[in-house]
Amino acid sequence: MRKIEVVQNILGANESIAVQNKQILDESGVFALNIMSSPGAGKTSLILQTIAGLKDRLRIGVIEGDVASTLDAEKVKNEAVAVVLITTRNMPESCSLTASMIATALKKLPLADMDLLLIENVGNLICPSEFVLGEHRRVVISSLPEGDDKPIKYPMIFADADAVVINKIDFLPYVEFDIAAFQEHVEGLNPRVKFFEVSCKTGAGMENWCAWVQKEVEASAYKSASLNISLGGRGIR
Amino acid sequence: MGYSVLICYLPGMHEFEITQSILDITLNKAKEAQASRVTEINLVVGEWSSFAPECIEFYFDFLGKGTIAEEANLHFKSEPAQLHCRNCSAVFHPQNTQWVCPKCQSQILEIVGGRELYIATMEVE
Repeated sequence: MRKIEVVQNILGANESIAVQNKQILDESGVFALNIMSSPGAGKTSLILQTIAGLKDRLRIGVIEGDVASTLDAEKVKNEAVAVVLITTRNMPESCSLTASMIATALKKLPLADMDLLLIENVGNLICPSEFVLGEHRRVVISSLPEGDDKPIKYPMIFADADAVVINKIDFLPYVEFDIAAFQEHVEGLNPRVKFFEVSCKTGAGMENWCAWVQKEVEASAYKSASLNISLGGRGIR
Repeated sequence: MGYSVLICYLPGMHEFEITQSILDITLNKAKEAQASRVTEINLVVGEWSSFAPECIEFYFDFLGKGTIAEEANLHFKSEPAQLHCRNCSAVFHPQNTQWVCPKCQSQILEIVGGRELYIATMEVE
């Protein structure tokens, strides 16, 4: 019997594919957002509104992650330059997109004709926080009807986010949602995060959001950001 | 009844891919060591990692079949969650879901431990 020191990160395989994805995106000059939220918070609506707001200025492609249906891809396909649908129903890890799924999807996208890639992750606040995809920025949507306690219940996804979009802001008169307390909780874990209050239904706040996306895309054209893998608490002790 | 096994069939479980990675790393290391059998695999899983040991074991039984690791025992060591206070630099284990620094009551905190997922050591013959 022999003991072997291994000390090897199990998520390393996913992370090395994510690094390759990011290199492919950088070489093609495509900036990628990984959009995450619980089901029904408004990922598809935000993507549609973002395309509507930016399609005159940016060429936008979409990767749709969905457990079973083609519903979201149908909604998006007439608006974007190109859409690739990944259905995770037949895959064992049906709760999140992974870097290898993105690697396959990137081969099917006309990257040379794109500036921005919007990746709609599977609706879930836990699993997507474990799998980096090679994205440039991580976006989490929280909607008012879900309640303001999500950063307390699911802190990891908020700790790693670059932007948090508070959607369905038009529900404010009807639901108990303390926006200041919500932001305080997220900022406590993540002081550099940017907040956007929007309603994808009414279009409120979309100008600010689209302006940020455009600014990030333009800034990345000059300097490529390093791979956004948060090591907070994930390093080997 | 094996309820922990049942959980693996529900959507929302991502241990399959992770277990495949565990097996790949194990078999690589065993090959490097010219081992004929892997007997023990010692894993470290952070308190805040979202991976469930029961599900990893379930998939390992399935994926490991026919390999030199098929009879390996998986051991899971939990690494406690740790927060670092950005105000007074204290490092502490949160007692409940209301995360507050016990020294200065600040809520400006950084997650510094508890999300680990790695193979520490293994035993081979």
